[in-house]
Amino acid sequence: MSSALAGYLARRVGQAVLVLWAAFTVTFAILYLLPSDPVAVMLGGGQGEQVDVDPAQLAALRAEHGLDDPLPVQYAAALWRTLHLDLGTSISNGAPVTRLIADALPQTALLAAAAFALALVLGVATALASTWARWGWVRSLLLALPPLGVSLPTFWVGLLLIQLLSFRVPVFPALGNEGAASLVLPAVTLAVPVSASIAQVLARGLRTALAEPYVETARAKGASRARVHLRHALRNATIPALTIAGVIVGNLLAGAVVVETVFSRVGIGRLTVSAVNGQDIPLVQGLVLLAAAVFVATNLVVDLLYPVVDPRIRLLGGARASARRTARATARPVVGSTS
Amino acid sequence: MSSTSRPAPPESVLDVLEIEQRYRRRAGALGARRARRPGRRLPAWVRRPDLLLAVAVVALVLAWALVPSVFTGQSPIDGVPADRLQGPSAAHPFGTDHLGRDLFARVVHGSRLTLQATVLAVLIGLVAGSAIGLVAGFVRGVVDDVAMRVVDVLLSIPALLLSMALITALGFGTVKVAIAVGIGTVANFARVMRSEVLKVGAAVYVEAARASGVRTSAVLLRHVLPNAAGPVLALSALEFGIAVLAVSALSFLGFGAPPPAPEWGSLVSGGRDYLATAWWLTTLPGLVVAAVVLSANRIARALERRTAA
Repeated sequence: MSSALAGYLARRVGQAVLVLWAAFTVTFAILYLLPSDPVAVMLGGGQGEQVDVDPAQLAALRAEHGLDDPLPVQYAAALWRTLHLDLGTSISNGAPVTRLIADALPQTALLAAAAFALALVLGVATALASTWARWGWVRSLLLALPPLGVSLPTFWVGLLLIQLLSFRVPVFPALGNEGAASLVLPAVTLAVPVSASIAQVLARGLRTALAEPYVETARAKGASRARVHLRHALRNATIPALTIAGVIVGNLLAGAVVVETVFSRVGIGRLTVSAVNGQDIPLVQGLVLLAAAVFVATNLVVDLLYPVVDPRIRLLGGARASARRTARATARPVVGSTS
Repeated sequence: MSSTSRPAPPESVLDVLEIEQRYRRRAGALGARRARRPGRRLPAWVRRPDLLLAVAVVALVLAWALVPSVFTGQSPIDGVPADRLQGPSAAHPFGTDHLGRDLFARVVHGSRLTLQATVLAVLIGLVAGSAIGLVAGFVRGVVDDVAMRVVDVLLSIPALLLSMALITALGFGTVKVAIAVGIGTVANFARVMRSEVLKVGAAVYVEAARASGVRTSAVLLRHVLPNAAGPVLALSALEFGIAVLAVSALSFLGFGAPPPAPEWGSLVSGGRDYLATAWWLTTLPGLVVAAVVLSANRIARALERRTAA
């Protein structure tokens, strides 16, 4: 590894750590500064009601979570604990937040991976078909699919699938985590908005790429349509599409919140819903931090992948960074529909 | 555009507005030339019936929210137990629920809470985000750097999770859901407004206004803001659709108004127990949500195209 690459890596990892620290600060501000009394909120158990609690019990809980210290001390203590991967204990059941997350994570990772694989296939196929089709009406039909996909409420799609494929025609189980069959409907539901995002960005990239002079050159040299599409255009269209990888991973996590609730699956999403229901502040903070960490890590990986996909981008200082900025600028923000 | 095609620099300070108008006229003339192509003389609503339909859908649900009693005479809260779990019919176009309440009445009345929350959310994002973007893009320097780093951090947390964290702190209810969703959209508005302000801020008429001693606040409000507003308004239409999705998802998860108040999301989740027997309870309210979001997206794309032209 060259020293330039090592320096670049160190800089990018440093930036990622800074974003994570800022995300920690934002969640701390939201969860501990916004409510007048976090302990009263935690004891309210949802609904935001004021519950009459024994003052001694309040004081004990406050002391247990260090909430009787001045705010800067609380913040520093919380930051220090978080740096040691100690996210505190859940209010509702007293278990360490890290253990609750670790227990739920494999199920959600499986769901997200299955949904992503499906979304990638569907999204790439839709984008390629929409630029490949010669008939105008097929083209517009295919181009209408992604806006439709991001507009459908995820919870509704899930319930429709259950109605059709669990009750009307019993093919797949309606709920639970048991076996591969139970993964199909949740993965399809979660893949709908994600594949739409992928198709949108990739189709736009493909259209741009197909209008470029090098495509003309390739055609003039007698390259087949397939070769022009797959070797020349697709490769260049992948670069702007890569920039939304972080958003897609975020969408998968946020979508899991809804999908796991609809299908009564165990996982990070259901854990988040129950944490918010119980106003379990430490658990909510841990889960939001996890989402931010996944987002930051994905972007880091993508940044390191750019030079592999695009040899024009070198891992050296300004030239590279500006190329990445251009790529980001051309990839327009995607409608992040995860709801 | 090459620099030679730009109008000459202002000769007197009074030319500032004149130059700005010339810019606008010229943009208008370009648009007109494009529109005069043959085959494009049909009125807009014939050329784009889907856009007309989208506007009609959004207008209809807004009317539902404003004057629900015009559209349904039935109560959204009190049911007739004898009529429970009936499928769609002439008397009950969306069927009835397990308490014999008319589902269509509940969807029509539910549009009030859901759309109130949506509009409030978009307004929060629009006002706060635009203000941040305007100041960041115009002042530049440290203010810009700090504001954009905060925006980056907000964008690094999935919007739904950010809203859920805010709900944890604020508590449940329609208004709190609206605030939570609204804060989640601030970052997008700030980013788009900033980039527009950077573009407009480089225009000659802004330079001229500054050079001729117009107060900064007046430059911002009279020259920069009106010219940067287009894409931000297109974003509002887009965010309206996203906010409908987010508000109904959070209501579906149970963070919205407590029962029996109807909300689109909670109506769908209320039908979950009757999936096998009463398909209409989940399907029809969800269909309304999907139609509204799709329409908002369609309108947003039309607005985007207009501002881009």
